[in-house]
Amino acid sequence: EFRRFSLERSKPGKFEEFYGLLQHVHKIPNVDVLVGYTDIHGDLLPINNDDNYHKAVSTANPLLRIFIQRKEDADYSAFGTDTMTRKKNVLSNVLRPDNHKKKPHIVISMPQDFRPVSSIIDVDILPETHRRVRLYKYGTDKPLGFYIRDGSSVRVTPHGLEKVPGIFISRLVPGGLAQSTGLLAVNDEVLEVNGIEVSGKSLDQVTDMMIANSRNLIITVRPANQRNNVVRNSRTSGSSGQSTESSLPSSTPNILGSLLQGEEESDEEDIIIEDSGEPQQIPKATPASESIESLSQIELLHESTQNGFLPSSEMNLNHSTGSISMEHEAPEPGRKSLEEDGTIITL
Amino acid sequence: MRRFLRPGHDPVRERLKRDLFQFNKTVEHGFPHQPSALGYSPFLRLMAIGTRSGAIKLYGAPGVEFMGLHEENNTVMQIHFIPDQCQLVTLLDDNSLHLWSLKQHRGTSELREEHRFTLKGPPGSPPSATQVTAVLPHSSREVLYLGTESGNIFVVELPSFRVLEDRTITPEAVLERIPEDNCNRRSCELVEALREHPKNPDQILIGYSRGLIVLWDLQNNKTTHHFLGSQQLENLYWQRDGSKFISCHYDGSYSQWPVSSDNSQSEPLENTVPYGPFPCKAISKIYWQTTKNGLPYIIFQGGMPRASYGDRHSISVIHGSQQTAFDFTSRVIDFFIIFSSDPAAEFDDPSALVVLAEEELVVIDLKSAGWPAVHPPYLASLHCSAITCSHHVSNIPLKLWERIISAGSKQNIHYSSMPWPIDGGTNIAPDPPQRDLLLTGHEDGTVRFWDASGVCLHLLYKLSTVRVFLTDADPNDNMNTLGEDEWPPLRKVGTFDPYSDDPRLGIQKIYLCKYSGYLAVAGTAGQVLVMELNDEDAEHVVDHAEADLLQDQEGYRWKGHEKLKTRDGPVRFEAGFQPFVLVQCQPPAVVTSLALHSEWRLVAFGTSHGFGLFDHQQKRLVFVKCTLHPSDQLALEGPLSRVKSLKKSLRQSFRRIRRSRVSSRKRRGGGGNASEVQEANAKFDQDVLQEMELAPVQRKIEARSAEDSFTGFVRTLYFADTFLRDSSRHCPSLWAGTNGGTVYAFCLRVPPAERRMDEPVRAEQAKEIQLMHRAPVVGILVLDGRSTPLPEPLEVAHDLSKSPDMQGSHQLLVVSEEQFKVFTLPKVSSKLKLKLTALEGCRVRKVTVANFGSCKTDDYSENDLAVLTNLGDIQIISLPFLKLQIRYPCIRKEDVSGIASCVFTKYGQGFYLISPSEFERFSLSTKWLVEPRCIVDMPEVTSNNLVHKPGTENAARKS
Repeated sequence: EFRRFSLERSKPGKFEEFYGLLQHVHKIPNVDVLVGYTDIHGDLLPINNDDNYHKAVSTANPLLRIFIQRKEDADYSAFGTDTMTRKKNVLSNVLRPDNHKKKPHIVISMPQDFRPVSSIIDVDILPETHRRVRLYKYGTDKPLGFYIRDGSSVRVTPHGLEKVPGIFISRLVPGGLAQSTGLLAVNDEVLEVNGIEVSGKSLDQVTDMMIANSRNLIITVRPANQRNNVVRNSRTSGSSGQSTESSLPSSTPNILGSLLQGEEESDEEDIIIEDSGEPQQIPKATPASESIESLSQIELLHESTQNGFLPSSEMNLNHSTGSISMEHEAPEPGRKSLEEDGTIITL
Repeated sequence: MRRFLRPGHDPVRERLKRDLFQFNKTVEHGFPHQPSALGYSPFLRLMAIGTRSGAIKLYGAPGVEFMGLHEENNTVMQIHFIPDQCQLVTLLDDNSLHLWSLKQHRGTSELREEHRFTLKGPPGSPPSATQVTAVLPHSSREVLYLGTESGNIFVVELPSFRVLEDRTITPEAVLERIPEDNCNRRSCELVEALREHPKNPDQILIGYSRGLIVLWDLQNNKTTHHFLGSQQLENLYWQRDGSKFISCHYDGSYSQWPVSSDNSQSEPLENTVPYGPFPCKAISKIYWQTTKNGLPYIIFQGGMPRASYGDRHSISVIHGSQQTAFDFTSRVIDFFIIFSSDPAAEFDDPSALVVLAEEELVVIDLKSAGWPAVHPPYLASLHCSAITCSHHVSNIPLKLWERIISAGSKQNIHYSSMPWPIDGGTNIAPDPPQRDLLLTGHEDGTVRFWDASGVCLHLLYKLSTVRVFLTDADPNDNMNTLGEDEWPPLRKVGTFDPYSDDPRLGIQKIYLCKYSGYLAVAGTAGQVLVMELNDEDAEHVVDHAEADLLQDQEGYRWKGHEKLKTRDGPVRFEAGFQPFVLVQCQPPAVVTSLALHSEWRLVAFGTSHGFGLFDHQQKRLVFVKCTLHPSDQLALEGPLSRVKSLKKSLRQSFRRIRRSRVSSRKRRGGGGNASEVQEANAKFDQDVLQEMELAPVQRKIEARSAEDSFTGFVRTLYFADTFLRDSSRHCPSLWAGTNGGTVYAFCLRVPPAERRMDEPVRAEQAKEIQLMHRAPVVGILVLDGRSTPLPEPLEVAHDLSKSPDMQGSHQLLVVSEEQFKVFTLPKVSSKLKLKLTALEGCRVRKVTVANFGSCKTDDYSENDLAVLTNLGDIQIISLPFLKLQIRYPCIRKEDVSGIASCVFTKYGQGFYLISPSEFERFSLSTKWLVEPRCIVDMPEVTSNNLVHKPGTENAARKS
């Protein structure tokens, strides 16, 4: 079925509203759908949040072609196979850079559905010269395994080239997480730690920030070797067309801010031992606080899904509420239906 | 960034914040670090001290103090008050002169720099031509005479600092009327001293370094008299009537010269080497003070026999047959005599000798027999033994206050009863609103009790814990006593003694209960003493217990210091705090946390190995808990103690040197003296620092793990009566937080008062919380049903606090170095948190609950957390919602010892060390500000410069 309708380009609104609008114009109010669009290069890209929705609207020229699939029988691989375009690998690279091999039958779903692993993130909003790396400490016994040092870098400022102090990666420990992921290298300049700019901060401050964030460390670096950047020329992905021009500080805080907000929920939880009993995680003090049973149950569930993708979307839902099993928060009972899926997906 | 995500500004709250919080550094307590110059105005009765960092501080009556800072931060070399003015001139080591004035502004006097000036020679002249060596403010108050290295004396006009070139006194002019066979141009190199004639302002005495002294007539611009000294000149002093003057010399001699009108060249009346006949050190300054009974006081600095006593810092006072050489433990910077400033008086009649030594101020009463010292009301040498910790107690009940003062007064009987002689200015600050005590623990095992209520930090009482232990130092081996009946008649004065006999005695933690008078102190070798205030001397046995914190952990070896040996049998204690219980931790590691509950009669203590609870009523150990991680070898070996012991052995070797020198001082050749020891220490420290700097500056990024070193280090202990097990019954509890982010909670059963001695106190572990971020826990606090922190023990019993709310649910606040977290009780669920390090890269160093009152209304006050971070910032964080209220930069982040020494008060003030000897006081509150407010009135001065009478000044001050 084809529908054609107009949107005000300057005020696209929220993704949720748009999603509702789609359900409305197709008269499928209770059917969950996957939304995709073709960008200027003909790539089929998903729309599932405000950011990529806004991107889609702003790059429409002038028509925006939207593809809607029923979620139950959605061909997830549409985003990742040859059906639309041969450049699909880029996207999967972006999402899962450590999984370059083609796995056609694996569902490429929402980023938060993946088992969290160290990765390059936010490629579409960062300048090509920068790289934002998320080091997931959890689930590995590997140490983070890197050192930082003081140094100086040359910046372009309104007054010309200036030498400014900076923080650099000075050493990678063999076998450590940083080295084994291959995402960080010696002499990479550290620009941000979990969204906080490091300029003006001392080496000790940055060290403390990194250690404080060590369970979910997100470092934005300017790689020393710029030739290994994620190749993102205009042919490969249109989604980056504009954001490369926007400067780092102005464009990132909002996005990363919301990202951190999400993180907050899934933050590490402390452990309590009552009366020398078994260690338990300390729950959040919410009105609908969870029983211990449900906690351990979820834990089991996570245990089983640790090494792969979740087989069903219902599981996906559970997983999405807590990104790491040790650090997750108990899902509220009300969320156990698919309708709520969209509300949880906020990057 | 997080800040922007917070709910927007609430204008009401913002206004309230302005009424509550305000940051001020209010006053510096203690003794100025590295003093370099001293000045005194008999007219204003104010004393001025300059320092090597360019600070200048004025002191008068207690509470009257002013501070100024030279922008250049150069060493202050000389300070001269302008006669009969509220002005003074300072000379810095960059040869600049600065004119400072005390001006009244809004009802208080302020010290301000008015002018600065650097003497400039003609182009091409060497810098020595204008290098100022002597400064004489003339009594006309219009000009300043500046003696220079070149021998020229320049005249500058005040206050403009305009050089009056036609009045320059050149060596050529001076030599004009002196026979050439005695003198040449070289005799006039370097002006050492300039002194105005006491009766005739038109005559000045000029002393040149090589020994030539001339009396110069300012009116006729000519030499009227000249005096040829054979020795290198150090200083000059006029006798009161102007008929004679004294010169003192490099060889340790002084000469008395008559000035007669008939003879223009004279021989000295008397030439004396007071500590001869062997070669002596220079006498650098001398006073000759006349008295009614005819016997003068001759007071001079130095002059000691070079070989045996050349390293002593002495000032000698000779009065007839009485002679004492006051022996200072640190270098003498300068001194002055307070004598009758009434120009009509016939005699000097000296009353006090004021000596500024490098590390302390000593005032000697010259009027009382035996020349006792006067207890200074300010400028206390906080560092007479190095400060190792401090503890502040606000609002001391009057009864306890009086008892402490009375105990202290018994220790101070050897002080003179003379009122403080430097009493210029008027303190107009309101009386302090409450009595505050600051307790400092010292390396030598003493605790000093300071009156911290007002501007003057004043020593009330000194407590020593040494008596409880057997130490290497024999108490009879007192260097002081050796000086008796010996020549020179040395007498040790002052309190500065940087040597600790045994570093294990060092005090690490102090807790005073102001309601019960119980005091707990804990030290470097795992010793915990509980004391009680007793108004009488007493002799008793101290109960002794050992707490084995390792329990059944096997295979550990403690490589640190041994525990202190205790004295057997009863020990005599002087009135004051007397120990009755001693608990020694095993292994004897540094006590890292301490808590005392005076109502339950329990004391809790922690080290790097674990913590224990002791019932000091029944004198029984309740329990110990080992917190050590099995793999933590470092904590056992005690690397900290290794560093310490190196320092200790150094110190001991220096001490040995010092001792051997003392015992064999008849022999030639002295060893190192105190300042040399310090230099050596400083050099050693520097070397260590340099070594550290040479290492490549890189930091390891690694998540913390349970296996890290010192995770078991107990950082904080806290007693609370709260709901630990269930929400229906509250019970006493003990909480402990470790370096590894673990919180232990023990449920205590304390028998009711009537059966307190019969039943044992029981404890049972109820909870253990592991913070996943594993940062050290630095604070634990329970908030009651109204979200108010629980009151201190006995606070409610003394009607000083509302009883805590036991109806609503309690909350637990855990402060780690990185985060603040609020949990519910009794079931622990996380409620709120504030991340600090993850967002700002700073860590919590100190945290306290402080009560902030509004400056606008009396009935509003709130409790907040005052937090000091490792960057030296102070943040105020609201309770119970953990919102950052305000942030102030306070201490430089490089100033690690300053940050480590910071202590907050309960009402939003604080102290931190800005040098080993000085506390900076600051205030975060709009309501509680302790700062000097004082006024210096200019006594009426007529055109006659000698009209000033002290009596009128006193009257003016009283009005």
